Amino acid sequence: MAKLPSKREETLGGYIVHGVPFPVTTDPESLAFLKKMAPIQIEQPYSITYLHSYGQDSPWFAGLANKKLLASQDPQTGYTYANPRAADMFTGNETNWIDITERSAKIHAFTVCHFGSEEFLPETPFVLALVEIEGVNTLLLTRLMGVDPMEANLDWIDMPVKPSFLRNSKLKPTDVYFSPVE
Amino acid sequence: MRPVYVISGGVSKFAKARPDKTFQAIIKEAYDYAIQDIGLDFPTFTRLADGSVASYFSDHFSRQLMAAIMAQDYLGLCPKPSHRVEGGGATGGICFQEAWKSVASGHMDICVAYGFETMSHVETWKGNEFIALASDISVDYPVGGFYSGYYAMMVTRHMKEFGTTVEQLAHVSVKNHMNAYHNPYAQKRNRLSIQDVRNAPMVAWPLTRLDICVMSDGAAASILVSEEGLHKLEASGAKIARPLVKVTGIGRGTDAMRMADRPHMDYDYFMDNYATEQEKNSEDTRSYYRKLWDHGTRYPGVHSFRAGRTAGNMAYKHAGINDPINDLDFVELHDAYTSSEIQTYEDMGLCRYGEGGPFAASGKAFMPGIDYNLDLKDEPACAVNPSGGLIACGHPVGATGLMQAVFATWQLQGSIRKHFGDDALQVNNARRGAIHSHAGTGTYVSISVMEREG
Repeated sequence: MAKLPSKREETLGGYIVHGVPFPVTTDPESLAFLKKMAPIQIEQPYSITYLHSYGQDSPWFAGLANKKLLASQDPQTGYTYANPRAADMFTGNETNWIDITERSAKIHAFTVCHFGSEEFLPETPFVLALVEIEGVNTLLLTRLMGVDPMEANLDWIDMPVKPSFLRNSKLKPTDVYFSPVE
Repeated sequence: MRPVYVISGGVSKFAKARPDKTFQAIIKEAYDYAIQDIGLDFPTFTRLADGSVASYFSDHFSRQLMAAIMAQDYLGLCPKPSHRVEGGGATGGICFQEAWKSVASGHMDICVAYGFETMSHVETWKGNEFIALASDISVDYPVGGFYSGYYAMMVTRHMKEFGTTVEQLAHVSVKNHMNAYHNPYAQKRNRLSIQDVRNAPMVAWPLTRLDICVMSDGAAASILVSEEGLHKLEASGAKIARPLVKVTGIGRGTDAMRMADRPHMDYDYFMDNYATEQEKNSEDTRSYYRKLWDHGTRYPGVHSFRAGRTAGNMAYKHAGINDPINDLDFVELHDAYTSSEIQTYEDMGLCRYGEGGPFAASGKAFMPGIDYNLDLKDEPACAVNPSGGLIACGHPVGATGLMQAVFATWQLQGSIRKHFGDDALQVNNARRGAIHSHAGTGTYVSISVMEREG
């Protein structure tokens, strides 16, 4: 028989309380008793929308929206970053964009997230992977699809993978994801 | 630089939630304890203190900007100088080193380093989200921001690269939870088995809930002084424990926030720039590393923390340490994950890169005299996380590195029984120890070496 949760999930929320227990009189004995009271805890909602700029990295996201995976390359040394990076960390040179969409790739490391941050909880279990791409010196963090998250196996490392792109771009790095080469 | 002594410290109760007090009052628990431990009253010490450094990681958790000045105010330290430091999980360790700088430079004679975090104010999953915002919000966080996931990817690479096993990881959890059984400050004091760790709910494969530290509310404070500061305090009636505890080594390192961007260096570059002196001087180790590189290993990749190695090499040079496992009697290191303890054994030169897994299961990092109910082949050599570490003590981020400093001070003073009520965790004849504080995936790492004088 499947093991079911023995505890109810804890959530915030509940009744709105009007009136807080407090001594009827503020005589010394009653005031001294206040130090024995439990703390008052209140809910403070907080919501904000940021206007985030991708700045100099914007072309990388524009590439994903157009089903192209770009990389940043030092024009002098050829050192290549899978992530957008406008300046090389060794030479300080301004990098150039190159297209790496068609290059072969394989899994370098991975995990299956069974829990996660609040934003991604509905998507669990999901697979995160760092991908090695041919001729690229650094890795790319991505979602790995097409594998069973309940059958995680170290043999997934070195597995050849290929990129796919969302048809409807969200202008996020998840516009590209990888899956095993069939 | 002048000699700097750590004369006292205090740690608040760490708990999943401390709604009984605001953050200022939790810090004061630790601050009051530190003052009382040198036999002074609050007004006398506060009058003599020259200033402070404050430590907390995230403004998001408290939804309070400039929380440090509110603590400074509550502790009665206004208008003395102070500033807040922030460096992710290494915040507390950096705070300790900034206090050291304040004293070593001659700017202050008596400096208080205090830190806190109150992580219970949001639900766990929102807390995970806040922590994940300490990853690149353009290209990393949106992919599925979750720190346990980031570390788990490092684990799978370490396992693939070096053959590390989940059972070796679990040895760290069993050790640290068992050590914490004797530490009244610890949040989780459990006797566990390897199977308990592996059977716990999976969080990020292959890390289970018992491979990962928990979120906490808590605070810690440490008092650092110069010789002049020592004399000022004693002239005012302070009873300062002898032998004194001196800070003898300071090191820090950094690495790229996006771990995907970290380099994969060749053998020669590693040997020239990152190998410890001990590794460079050992023909056997050079040959061992040559084989690793021939097999495809590159450094640091995502399996190693070059920030930790950089910090260690710097601190060891400062302290004159050449053989870490024999020159250090104990290490309190940042074990937010069992895997990061294993990776840190290697970074700190307690064993060679690639040997962290077998080292974890060997017994060398365990405490003598404690029954772990494990079959360990080696005798204890250098106790790692005798306090129970972050996994068992809890990890209120801004307090953690300072908690390590306090526990290390008590180890070197030989006063564990006095503070824990039990000397099971007292490292026998502890003369030199190190504390290691680490920020997200190894971005900032600080290592400080402390020694008993005389």
